[in-house]
Amino acid sequence: MWAILKMLKNWVGSAGMDDWQWSESWDEQRVLVQRMNHLFPMLTALAYLLSFGLYVRFLSAGNNLTGRLGTLLLGLGLIAHYFALLERSRGSHTVPYHDLYGSMSLFGWLLAVTYLGLELYHRQRSVGAFVLPFILVFFLAAHLAPADKLLPPAAHGATFAFHVTLSILAYAAFALSFVLSLIFLGEERLLRRHKVGDVVWRLPSLELLAQMSQSSVLVGLVSIAIGTALGFVTVDRLEGQHSYFDPKYVITLLVLALYVLYFRLARTTAWRGGRASKLCIFNFVIVVLSFTVVNLYLSHSHRYF
Amino acid sequence: MEIVLVGLNHRTAPVEVRERVSFTAEQTRRAAQELRARGILEETLVLSTCNRSEVYGVPPESSHECAPGLSTFLSEFHSVRPDILGVSLYHHYDREAVRHLFRVAAGLDSMLLGEAEILGQVREAYRIAHEHGATGPVLNRLFQGALEVGKRVRTETELGTRPMSVASAGVKLAERIFGKLNERKALVLGAGTISEQVVSHLRDRGIAELQVMNRSRDRAEELANPFGGKVIDWGEWDSALQSPDVVVSSVSAEEPVLRRDIVERAMAARGNRALFLMDLGVPRNIDASVGELYNVYVYNTDDLSEIVQQNRNARESEIPKAQGIVDEHVSKFLSWQASVELVGLVDALRMKMREERASFIRARMEPMKHLTEADRAHVEKLMDEMLEKLLLEPAERLRGEKELRRKIQNVEALRDLFLSNREKL
Repeated sequence: MWAILKMLKNWVGSAGMDDWQWSESWDEQRVLVQRMNHLFPMLTALAYLLSFGLYVRFLSAGNNLTGRLGTLLLGLGLIAHYFALLERSRGSHTVPYHDLYGSMSLFGWLLAVTYLGLELYHRQRSVGAFVLPFILVFFLAAHLAPADKLLPPAAHGATFAFHVTLSILAYAAFALSFVLSLIFLGEERLLRRHKVGDVVWRLPSLELLAQMSQSSVLVGLVSIAIGTALGFVTVDRLEGQHSYFDPKYVITLLVLALYVLYFRLARTTAWRGGRASKLCIFNFVIVVLSFTVVNLYLSHSHRYF
Repeated sequence: MEIVLVGLNHRTAPVEVRERVSFTAEQTRRAAQELRARGILEETLVLSTCNRSEVYGVPPESSHECAPGLSTFLSEFHSVRPDILGVSLYHHYDREAVRHLFRVAAGLDSMLLGEAEILGQVREAYRIAHEHGATGPVLNRLFQGALEVGKRVRTETELGTRPMSVASAGVKLAERIFGKLNERKALVLGAGTISEQVVSHLRDRGIAELQVMNRSRDRAEELANPFGGKVIDWGEWDSALQSPDVVVSSVSAEEPVLRRDIVERAMAARGNRALFLMDLGVPRNIDASVGELYNVYVYNTDDLSEIVQQNRNARESEIPKAQGIVDEHVSKFLSWQASVELVGLVDALRMKMREERASFIRARMEPMKHLTEADRAHVEKLMDEMLEKLLLEPAERLRGEKELRRKIQNVEALRDLFLSNREKL
């Protein structure tokens, strides 16, 4: 959380929080971005790729040293990724979630942060091989995304920055719980079919996977609850400029309700286990809908967050 | 400073002989004391498990000479005829003794390849011997090395990670579902030998609560009481299946004792909390369709045997890696041993030369009457310096140069030690 706060401060600082301005012309912005050093993005991609390879090796061969190196490289990738985002913010004089690149890259970074926190908390690194591809895909796709020429959003300031960052953190945490739920269902299937191969012995127990998924959902719930509240505060400040009937509000509240339901069902009722994991996967489908269809086609005040 | 090992194990002796030659903790202490009191060994350690009884020691003279004395001692100590014991005993000396111990600690010499218990048994044997002053610098270093080997093999290879018996495979599978078992409950149906094995594994994995259900209540109590378990009357399924997470069944019955309807009722009562059923009975004790129920995992003997076979193959593929660690540590130990022995040799040479110097100077200076006391003292000092230079430098090099110590194992380093490069040419 400290890292996220620090990051926000830097971004807000680099984008000129008190005097929130976008570049005068799109051309000027593009030139600035082009001039930016590609060192950090390259380092990030390299660190994530190596980390992925090491996590896969750890899962297939069970060598502890390989796993530790995987974690170390993920940490280094996170640092490089942070500087890549920061550099871009400075170069383009904007926050990273202004366009599709920034939004996806920030999502990947927050997914990596959440995963690393979860790995250290639960002392379990064998799911790294499944999470790293998502982080890599988001990071690389962000670089391949077409350049956008967008008008600055009406809202700005620290509250708005927190609203967006916490919302993306929540989506990242939900994505992680989605991956963990998929692993849960896969491992459960193998155990039920008595196909206990090398990977099953190295994966976390079903109980731990469920706990990790719940921890991740808890991070997402807290983030989305605070993020949404801050979003309403931002809208309140923009009285007259914004409609209170954005479909994004409805779907966000639906996501919140669905994950609260998952949290309750997964812990105490007859739904615990596979059914709860399936619900978690369904919930993430709604998150993806919110992130794509609602943002792109239905909402007029949410772009990529 | 030689090392000798005399012992027997599951490969050389049948259980009837092994049980007669096994040592209790008290006997290991007494044996060590007697071996040293009789002057057979200077340092000694007895390692006794259900599969092996071995005496490690450092003899005062040659290790080969003390081996017969050790065999006789074992024969007398356990009152076993020498001809019975003789065919089962093996003798290893120096490098082979070190290698054998390191292989034992690694689990490579165990009946169950890579078993974890042996490392704890080696540690315990060393603790007992060390506490009673039976070990010295050599055995201390040797057993510390063995413990390091055991630890490395377990962390750097997969030799000990996979279960190798049906009972342990079942318990390990339960951990795949529930994680650590220290907050879990188990119910054991039946109180035969297989149930005993499973209970032992469950206890080793720290199971929080154990219940035993058997047709004969007395036998159930026999199994449950040593582990602080609870006995449940046979047939009270609804209450018995409500709390346990793991159920192990090994009873003789023509028909399945756990039918689908019984487990279905239990799952409803327990809010679909996951249930792991281990069916070790033949014919099977659990209705096959029970495995279709939500959150119920059923494994029978065949399923578990198949897993054990897969694990055996996987473990065997790890042997070369474990052997590599053993070899590395054997070289390390022998290098240390060589350095200690040669530094000792140089020190002994220095002492001897000092003694020789006094008589040499007395004899040679007798005719040199013209020398003053100061001259004589000066000559003595020069000789001292020369001797120190001759012997101190090799001693320092031996302490500092690992590569040199390695060469010394092959004797060729004696040339390095005492001759300069020019002289060697």
